[in-house]
Amino acid sequence: MNPTGLTGAEYWLPIIMAGVIGLAVAMYVVLDGFDLGVGILFPCFPEEPQRDQTMNSVAPFWDGNETWLVLGGTGLLVGFPFAYAVIMPAFYVPLIAMLLALVFRGVAFEFRWVAKPDHHQWDVAFAAGSTVAAFCQGLMLGGLLEGIHVTGDHFGGGVFDWLSPFSLMCGVGLVVGYAFLGACWLVMKTSGGVEQIARRLARPLCITFLAFIVLVSVWTPLAFERIAARWFTLPNMLYFSPVPILTVLLAVHCWRGLQGKHPTTAFYSAVGLFVVAYIGLVLSTVPYLVPPTITVWQAAAAPKSQIFILAGMSVMIPIILGYTVFVYHTFRGKVRPGEGYH
Amino acid sequence: MDPHALLLARLQFAFTISFHIIFPAFSIGLSAYVATLLVLWKRTGHDHFHRLARFWTKIFAVSFAMGVVSGIPLSYEFGTNWARFSLVAGNVIGPLIGYEVMTAFFLEATFLGVMLFGWQRVPAWLHVTAAILVALGTAISGFWILSANSWMHTPDGYELHAGIAYPVSWFRVIFNPSFPYRFAHMMTAAYLTTSVVVLAAGARYLLRREFETEGRVMMRMGVGMLALLGPLQLLLGDQHGLNTLQHQPAKIAAIEAHWDDDGPADLVLFALPDEAAARNRAEIAIPHLGSLILTHSWEGRFAGIKDFPRDQRPPVTSIFFAFRLMVAIGMALIAIGLAGAVLWWRGKLCTTGWYLHIVARAWWLGFVAILAGWLTTESGRQPYVAYGILRTDQAISPVSAATVAVSLALFVLIYGVLFSIGIYYIHRLIWNGPKGAAVKPVTFPEGLPNRPLATADAPTRESRGQTPHPPGLATAPPAPSTDPTKDRQP
Repeated sequence: MNPTGLTGAEYWLPIIMAGVIGLAVAMYVVLDGFDLGVGILFPCFPEEPQRDQTMNSVAPFWDGNETWLVLGGTGLLVGFPFAYAVIMPAFYVPLIAMLLALVFRGVAFEFRWVAKPDHHQWDVAFAAGSTVAAFCQGLMLGGLLEGIHVTGDHFGGGVFDWLSPFSLMCGVGLVVGYAFLGACWLVMKTSGGVEQIARRLARPLCITFLAFIVLVSVWTPLAFERIAARWFTLPNMLYFSPVPILTVLLAVHCWRGLQGKHPTTAFYSAVGLFVVAYIGLVLSTVPYLVPPTITVWQAAAAPKSQIFILAGMSVMIPIILGYTVFVYHTFRGKVRPGEGYH
Repeated sequence: MDPHALLLARLQFAFTISFHIIFPAFSIGLSAYVATLLVLWKRTGHDHFHRLARFWTKIFAVSFAMGVVSGIPLSYEFGTNWARFSLVAGNVIGPLIGYEVMTAFFLEATFLGVMLFGWQRVPAWLHVTAAILVALGTAISGFWILSANSWMHTPDGYELHAGIAYPVSWFRVIFNPSFPYRFAHMMTAAYLTTSVVVLAAGARYLLRREFETEGRVMMRMGVGMLALLGPLQLLLGDQHGLNTLQHQPAKIAAIEAHWDDDGPADLVLFALPDEAAARNRAEIAIPHLGSLILTHSWEGRFAGIKDFPRDQRPPVTSIFFAFRLMVAIGMALIAIGLAGAVLWWRGKLCTTGWYLHIVARAWWLGFVAILAGWLTTESGRQPYVAYGILRTDQAISPVSAATVAVSLALFVLIYGVLFSIGIYYIHRLIWNGPKGAAVKPVTFPEGLPNRPLATADAPTRESRGQTPHPPGLATAPPAPSTDPTKDRQP
């Protein structure tokens, strides 16, 4: 099935490239998701040693996690300059807000320690920055699903096109989702009071996140005909049925992990839930990069550019994944109260 | 296209990238310095190298964090404000930035975790390796971003179809004509900048009679770097200038405020360029010296600004003054380096009061020179964003002036506040000095431990400068070194 009439490299390269960018975005959502989530939950830990422990649990990783965002952004520029040139101006406001929020939370990691004992404002910066960044990402996700107005070869809409009840709902949903992921991370990586608080938070967050998944799954087919056609026709319904089934299984698995003494199971199930939800959204959208007008093929960079970058990616991404695993392995185990990684 | 939006978008990019460049320039030098200190410590076992490495690592962490967070907005600004540029040049410079992310950003960001938090968690050799990888990552990052930037100045290895650039030869894209010169010039500038900061910090401790062992090491390493790299930078700058004359003659004409090519060129030492009248006022110039510098011959000629149509001229005044500021600082750094080398040779480097007082106040010189140099080269590329391919006024996104104005105001406000605080913290860390005793190298006979080693005797964030440190880790307080071999220049 090839709707484009393209053949060979011109057909396959954009698909591979989109796959790699999709992977980068998924890595970002999962990895920065839990460390943004830890920031979102920061105010739930009233005592300073608890906050130290919370922050220490992500401090060695956050920078590497956030680099996936840069790879996603530059990957879009490299692979699909047309889509990049349309999406960025369309989301000007939430994008700049997200970047500034990330500035706040990023510097908080270092400033908070240097500023002690006068570090209260960096606690606020960390929590507020994480929350605003997550919310803006949700806004953009919602805005992208709703579609972008394209005129000729550039963005043709208004500054606040992305603002709608649906995108606001997505913003809140993503904050809840990241908080849920962050809570599961803390259950796995911390001990003492922090672990107990995180455990108490994780289950209501899990239920709320599932409620948002259901809400999106109902709202999008009702609001967007192309998504209804994608999911509720045969044989697609059969092909895509693992998505809801896996969601239920992973949710049950996560719940059990949180109930019992299997915090690792709970965290990985939460990651799995995110990945499945992400796949569901991708299935709703392909082959569009900018729904409902620009497909991966229309937006693709010159084949020569895609080959050049893919050659590098095929070598570098496995290496990056390798040393990422190494660093997570190095800092494995629980962070205990009053204990840094030193 | 809205002319106000254009101006505001240019201001926004200039502001955000100027703020950004300060931190990577410092981080490139500082990561190499920390790696050097750790290697020296590993090889000699002298505690003060370790103390210094830990001290500068704290400062590096703050600077690096500011570099990261101020850099992420840049990779998105190409799209938000310069969508047309992304579309026209994306096929060619997009992959270069992609390679920067893959080969440099991940490397430095990931191993930074080990470098900052691994002091007692991984074996010493692995920690030193992590520090070297971070330093390598910062240099690789410089390679790619300077390649992309150089391509905007001297595009090569591409062809245009319907106004969009397509790559023809990646080798010629990456190693475009100005890249080797720009890369060498900028990396040297980064190492010089950091050397001046290290030197100034060392001088301050000696003047305060605190941390004198460390102060002497910093003085010697700083002076050694300045004495070597300062003159080298002069040579590199000269070569870069010749390269620019070949590929961007309008930029050179503006740098020299050289209006008419009517004979051998003067070297204009000072002038008030009058762009409307196309001449200099209040000019002080040395005949023939301009030709000698730029053509390496007494009678050499090169194009004047009037040889270019008005709509292809870069702004003259700002380029003229920014370039002179950069060169003046460069000369000052060479003087500081050579004077220090002479004092060192006479054995008086660390005891000469006037010299210590001067260098203790000199920490900012490199940063200003870098900003002035970038202002020169980027303004000199105008009115093009990609030289000869796309004019700056054609490169902007379809955004309104109001949108750009609001985001610019936010950037100015937030960067102004946050980074002032960051610089204040760095200043305070330097003021507090390399306190705390060196930690014994940890060895793990059976590989890595399962859990963090630190328990009862490891305080939270001890290595990040929180005093007091616990008695469990403290060894003898740093005694002034009497062993001359200890402080030798690497």
